[in-house]
Amino acid sequence: MSGAPPAVAIEAGRLSKRFGAKTAVDKLGLTVRQGEIFGLVGPDGAGKTTAMRMLASVMLPDEGTVTIDGVDALAQPERAKRHLSYMPQRFGLYEDLTVDENIRFYADVFEVPSDAWRARADALLAMSGMAQFRQRLAGKLSGGMKQKLGLACSLVHTPRVLLLDEPTTGVDPVSRREFWQILYSLRAEGVAILIATAYLDEAERCDRLAFMNEGIMLECDSPDALKAHMPGAILDVISTDPHAVRDAVASLPGVRDVLIVGTGAHVHVDDAKQALPRIMEKLGASGIAASGVSETPPSMEDVFLAFVRGRGKPAP
Amino acid sequence: MTTASPQIVAQALVKRFGAFEALGGVSFEVAPGEVMGFLGPNGAGKSTLIRILCGLLRPSSGRALVAGIDVAKDPEGVRKRIGYMSQKFSLYNDLSVIENLRFFGGIYGVPRQDMEARLRFAVDMAGLAGQEDSLVATLAGGWKQRLALGAAILHRPTILFLDEPTSGVDPQSRRRFWNLIHTLGAEGVSVLVSTHYMDEAEYCNRIALINRGRLVALGTPAELKQRSLGGELLEVRCRNLGAAIEALRRAPGVRDAAVFGSTVHVVADPAANYRAGLAHYLAGHGIADAGVRPIAPTLEDSFVSLVQASSSAAEAR
Repeated sequence: MSGAPPAVAIEAGRLSKRFGAKTAVDKLGLTVRQGEIFGLVGPDGAGKTTAMRMLASVMLPDEGTVTIDGVDALAQPERAKRHLSYMPQRFGLYEDLTVDENIRFYADVFEVPSDAWRARADALLAMSGMAQFRQRLAGKLSGGMKQKLGLACSLVHTPRVLLLDEPTTGVDPVSRREFWQILYSLRAEGVAILIATAYLDEAERCDRLAFMNEGIMLECDSPDALKAHMPGAILDVISTDPHAVRDAVASLPGVRDVLIVGTGAHVHVDDAKQALPRIMEKLGASGIAASGVSETPPSMEDVFLAFVRGRGKPAP
Repeated sequence: MTTASPQIVAQALVKRFGAFEALGGVSFEVAPGEVMGFLGPNGAGKSTLIRILCGLLRPSSGRALVAGIDVAKDPEGVRKRIGYMSQKFSLYNDLSVIENLRFFGGIYGVPRQDMEARLRFAVDMAGLAGQEDSLVATLAGGWKQRLALGAAILHRPTILFLDEPTSGVDPQSRRRFWNLIHTLGAEGVSVLVSTHYMDEAEYCNRIALINRGRLVALGTPAELKQRSLGGELLEVRCRNLGAAIEALRRAPGVRDAAVFGSTVHVVADPAANYRAGLAHYLAGHGIADAGVRPIAPTLEDSFVSLVQASSSAAEAR
């Protein structure tokens, strides 16, 4: 294996889009390499979909640059689209057509030679575990299977760049895991994948990710690095009376936030070493039973919220 | 915890639609003030169960007591004591917050003389203060969600059913919503909530996992994580994930190996002692750079493993 990193497949520079007075995407810059899964993570309205539409050449940016597999997508959108597939949130499946007929339809749309589509369909359906459902009407598929069929249709012309807008929303965890195993197979083939998601547990599966909020990229790194850089720490307080814990510690100095969980409370503090004795003392003085207080690794949601609250330091 | 009698008792609930068995004998109890999460794949039977408990659907057999009332005998009596909120908040976009609440108060039969006090209660409880006169169409998702919750608690129900209430709501609003749920729990309201968000399931006191119409697991999040996996979970880091997966799937004692981000998650038989020996095994199969460490299973790991085990058991039947 050579030391050179894989080629850049998606590049956005200072990409911006305004709708009236609202800036939907503000100077977004990102780079995704071949064989990389990059997550755009943020709440509804963060600008994920707008960013993705501009990258897919279906919406013109107000300013900025987009390069797809070396092609300037603003100068040559049709050429850029040949390398790319975009799966919007509501992918247009024909519910009264079968699985096979849907794939055939998209093969025609993407101008896949008629002698090539069947072999490609075989491979895609085998990869997504849908080979035995080829004759089923798309309207009769479960939510998870519809998403897998949408993905298969998006892949029928063997794109090098895949843009997925919240493909797993409303899909149960088992189907979601199967969906991700397909993405990992594509990654192993060198496809560059950009995926938007509002699921923060899903963000952990990406190689790198960008937190977006109100059109701005807050932070961009690998999941491990983001966790390591989270300001503050999370203390896990185990207690049968989490409300009393919340009321007692929420106003202590150095406490940023308290979240009630099934087993007690998660307390987000500036500094674990300083806060721990303070919290123990306060709980003791208030007569609140806690069977343990210890530092726990932050969840991706903890990390995201910490960066949203600690704003004012957008990514360089 | 008090020893008060349970708010919900489900006894061997069965529901058939023609030849299809949507529920195959489900039993459980929910204590006052308990927040119980319902997890399961799409089509597992969660909605059927919630509809039976709300008195909207009659079970084929079995019995459900909600707030001490037999649902099959007095569905109207049950509906007066429960609140229900679905993932599609049915709100009127061209009415204001307070007008929506007043409308739902009328539907729920809130007496005229109690209306103002109940509206105040719902506004305070759902964190809607300051937005009473805003048109719903102009509200962000998190506010709409809390308004839907406010509408569901106007008649002060003792049991609240929430069907995927946080789909598409941003993380901050979701946390605020969960704080409200726990506040209601502290006041003795029992809450049943269905969700696909695993991080959210962690906030529940107990979780019921449903698959193919059966209750597959019932316990606290910590209990489910401990007992469900059927092996120890190891994380493997190495350069060539594809080759590692190939080798791991052939390794004796490995029950499952799947890519997770830039690592592989392996479920292994503890007897194989792979905690110490897996790196060595991989080195013997051409992967010299593997780092192996035990990791704590997430709720999603447990969920997937329990669903897969129960599905293969169902197929063997």
